[in-house]
Amino acid sequence: MTDLADLSIADAGRGLRDGEFTAQELLDATWRRAAVTEAHLHAYLVLDREGARRSAARADEELAAGTDRGPLHGIPVAVKDNLSTRGVETTCASQILAGYTPPYDATAVERLRDAGAVIVGKTNLDEFAMGSSTENSAYGPTRNPWDTDRVPGGSSGGSAAAVAAGSAFAALGSDTGGSIRQPAALTGLVGAKPTYGLVSRYGLVAFASSLDQIGPLARSVPDAVDVLSAIAGWDRHDATSYPGDVPEMGRSLDAGVQGVRIGVVTELMGEGIAPEVLAATASTIERLAAAGAEIVDVSMPSTEYALSAYYLIAPAECSSNLARFDGVRYGLRVDGGTVEEMMARTRAEGFGPEVIRRILLGTYALSAGYYDAFYGQAQKVRTLVRRDFAAAYEQVDVLVSPTSPTTAFRIGERSDDPIAMYYSDVCTIPSNLAGDPAVSVPVALDGTGLPIGFQVMAPQLGEEMMFRVAAEVERSAGFSFRAPLATSEVVEP
Amino acid sequence: MSVIPEGWEAVIGIETHVELQTRSKMFCGCRVDFGDEPNTAVCPVCLALPGALPVANEAAIDGIVRIGTALDCTINERSLFYRKNYFYPDLPKNYQISQYTYPVCEHGRIVVDVDGEPTVIGITRVHMEEDTGKSLHMGEGGRIQDADHTLLDFNRAGVPLVEIVTEPDIRTPDQARAYGAELQRIVRTLGVSDARLEEGSMRFDANVSVRRAGTSELGTRTEIKNVNSLRSMQRAIAFEIERQVEVLAAGGTVVQETRHWNEATGRTTAMRSKEESEDYRYFQEPDLLPLSIDERWRNRVKASMPELPAQLRARLVAAGADERTAGLLADSPLLAGLFDAAVRAGAEARTVASWLTGEVVAYARRVGASVGELHLTAEHLVELAAMVAGGELSATAAKQVLTGVLAGEGGPRQVAEAMDLLQISDSGAIEAVVADVVADHPDALEKIRSGDAKPIGFLVGQVMRATGGKADPKMVQEIIRRSAGL
Repeated sequence: MTDLADLSIADAGRGLRDGEFTAQELLDATWRRAAVTEAHLHAYLVLDREGARRSAARADEELAAGTDRGPLHGIPVAVKDNLSTRGVETTCASQILAGYTPPYDATAVERLRDAGAVIVGKTNLDEFAMGSSTENSAYGPTRNPWDTDRVPGGSSGGSAAAVAAGSAFAALGSDTGGSIRQPAALTGLVGAKPTYGLVSRYGLVAFASSLDQIGPLARSVPDAVDVLSAIAGWDRHDATSYPGDVPEMGRSLDAGVQGVRIGVVTELMGEGIAPEVLAATASTIERLAAAGAEIVDVSMPSTEYALSAYYLIAPAECSSNLARFDGVRYGLRVDGGTVEEMMARTRAEGFGPEVIRRILLGTYALSAGYYDAFYGQAQKVRTLVRRDFAAAYEQVDVLVSPTSPTTAFRIGERSDDPIAMYYSDVCTIPSNLAGDPAVSVPVALDGTGLPIGFQVMAPQLGEEMMFRVAAEVERSAGFSFRAPLATSEVVEP
Repeated sequence: MSVIPEGWEAVIGIETHVELQTRSKMFCGCRVDFGDEPNTAVCPVCLALPGALPVANEAAIDGIVRIGTALDCTINERSLFYRKNYFYPDLPKNYQISQYTYPVCEHGRIVVDVDGEPTVIGITRVHMEEDTGKSLHMGEGGRIQDADHTLLDFNRAGVPLVEIVTEPDIRTPDQARAYGAELQRIVRTLGVSDARLEEGSMRFDANVSVRRAGTSELGTRTEIKNVNSLRSMQRAIAFEIERQVEVLAAGGTVVQETRHWNEATGRTTAMRSKEESEDYRYFQEPDLLPLSIDERWRNRVKASMPELPAQLRARLVAAGADERTAGLLADSPLLAGLFDAAVRAGAEARTVASWLTGEVVAYARRVGASVGELHLTAEHLVELAAMVAGGELSATAAKQVLTGVLAGEGGPRQVAEAMDLLQISDSGAIEAVVADVVADHPDALEKIRSGDAKPIGFLVGQVMRATGGKADPKMVQEIIRRSAGL
């Protein structure tokens, strides 16, 4: 019999409604799985056993009483630890927030609860979501369930590892430059960054406000759609949230790609991309063509500058967003002789090296005399990226590329080379700069058995078409591999 | 106040912060209430908890549009929020949401009048921002450097704040004060803030530089902070002008710096110099969309403008008040309202104006009440003015009656009767008394008839004595003259 922890959200939901098992049993299966995998992975910073138990019990009572909250009712879900959770410690994997327990839920978390989801815990991340490997966590790295010597990607690496290993059915991540899609690619998951503004950022601890979006990591396209549908929609607490109707994201999953125009971003199909990744991407494109899609090569010249622009805009916003962590009101305080000294010591001791690096970069980029050359220039590149996308979408319905230039790399491999690490996001960053949706779908394993992700990008609010193509990619790839660690049998370390 | 040293000219610009008394804060739903226990009007947003986001308060935007409209500004259709980054414990986010390029309002003007000289002061910009929390520095000195510890109250954090910046058009401390007073009147008339300087709901910073008279190049300026009244602004600027002139006259140079006004010593002292001043690293606030203030909104505000102080003063003057009195009346909406209503009902303008700005204000001050708390209605003023015009009350007696009315002793006639102050202005009654007096002093009448006017006074005195002082002396004199055939 299949372990309950490995079910899809749809199958788990069916079983719950058919009375085959209860939400509490789903949760127990999740705990059993976590008991095995956490020793190897460290996907979670906090497991909220008490809160989850109450939610699962309530989900069962409600279902018994005929109240059905929809697809996520009774489903164990994990939340990245940069999302505010009422009464559950939220540290963003930083020392500076050690012991901080928020008095409020992020809107996305509140909506998960309203949809009946059982929130099992808070997942590890690169400190304040700054990184591509989850090695920059003050509480230790998360490992990849496909190979525990390797990183799960980042910054939503904890969410990715948990879902890939089966210690959650799905998870929320946040994506500023690829932080959902790249770990999804590295752990064989579907990870979607929706249109900027589609999911409220209220309660997401800001890294780079104009780029951050919350989205799902899941084991299939339909699962990802279910989670995203539950959290999307206007929120009066976020002035940048989209006020119109939420697109029908799951309506066309079975529609196929006959006649769909798919653009291949030529700049992301060559130099810097691992040969096996390129090969998997090319064969995925061939399968799409075979399924009736019209394939067009599209040039996006601004892509070359997008990475540099991103590494000015994101640090600039982060330098301001992280200013509030000063030891005055919450979190760590390291005493000093004067208030300035207290703030400086708190920040020097509370932030890790990558966070400090980005704060310094951003502070410099915004400084008088440098603003025009750096931040101002980066904003111009951002405009060019948007124009490139807009021009492309006049010809095609979606754009495709690899998600990550490589498969999962070894822990420590890029730690001393920030530039190499930054390059991990070269394919994902343009969508953040444009505010467009993009999703990563697993399509193959490389020669060492590590998953390869394929990216589908769409214009703003084009989620329906994006998931339609993603579903075809998923079907045609027939990717049914599971991470070796996705087991509840005891595994010797 | 002090005059500017001969041969020198001062160039002054003023930045004013006004807290808007909206129901909720600028970027969250917390109430704006200054009487609350510390840290009770707070939420994740105004405490800058991780993950909280701002949402702009439309009522506050309406308030700044009203201010900008009253100051004759261009209201920008599209306006942007920026972050002003600096670290301070009472600034929860360690950045202030403010404006930089594209403020809500630009290019306005205020006309102020100093000793009958109208001066146009340009308004560079009026922009929207948020207030900080309050620091209470415990221990010696009251400044953060000397404090044992500091207590923070975030109730004020996020209260809507409007900053109004003038062009460097001001030349004297008197003009600066007149500008401050006029701006305060305008803000109060609009009803967007109580604009109290002592309580900090209106705060002034003055930029001051001096130069040789007749030159056009600007001198190095200093910024004066901590002026808590119009008078202290005037004094601080006067001190600063003198100080800068002394420095320059002695061959020194003025340092560009922020200076702190000390009310007790009457001096400004250096706070921080330009070199130490911060780079605020302004950039556009990514958490807020650009503000859009469309023509409909602008027109709606324009149509709902109340009568502004300058318009009110002009109208009071047109109604018969002199400039000075009109100015005093316009300072108080209540006094102006009473004046308006009384004059409209037919009362003589000058008389009513002088009562309101004289007896009424003096009485209120004496008993420590506000004008609104006094027992005075426009009807009272109309009745009292009619009694004076009809000769029933002398000007002096009218003031006594007014005091009685203010004290709540009743209406003017009631008070006049109770005080026995009504004049006999019935000519028949006076004629009878005159006849009696003349009969007693036939020689006096004869002298008058033969051209000696001196006994008139004597006879008037006799009549006044016989009536117990209540006869209208003018009427008495007239009747005596008539009796003598003059």
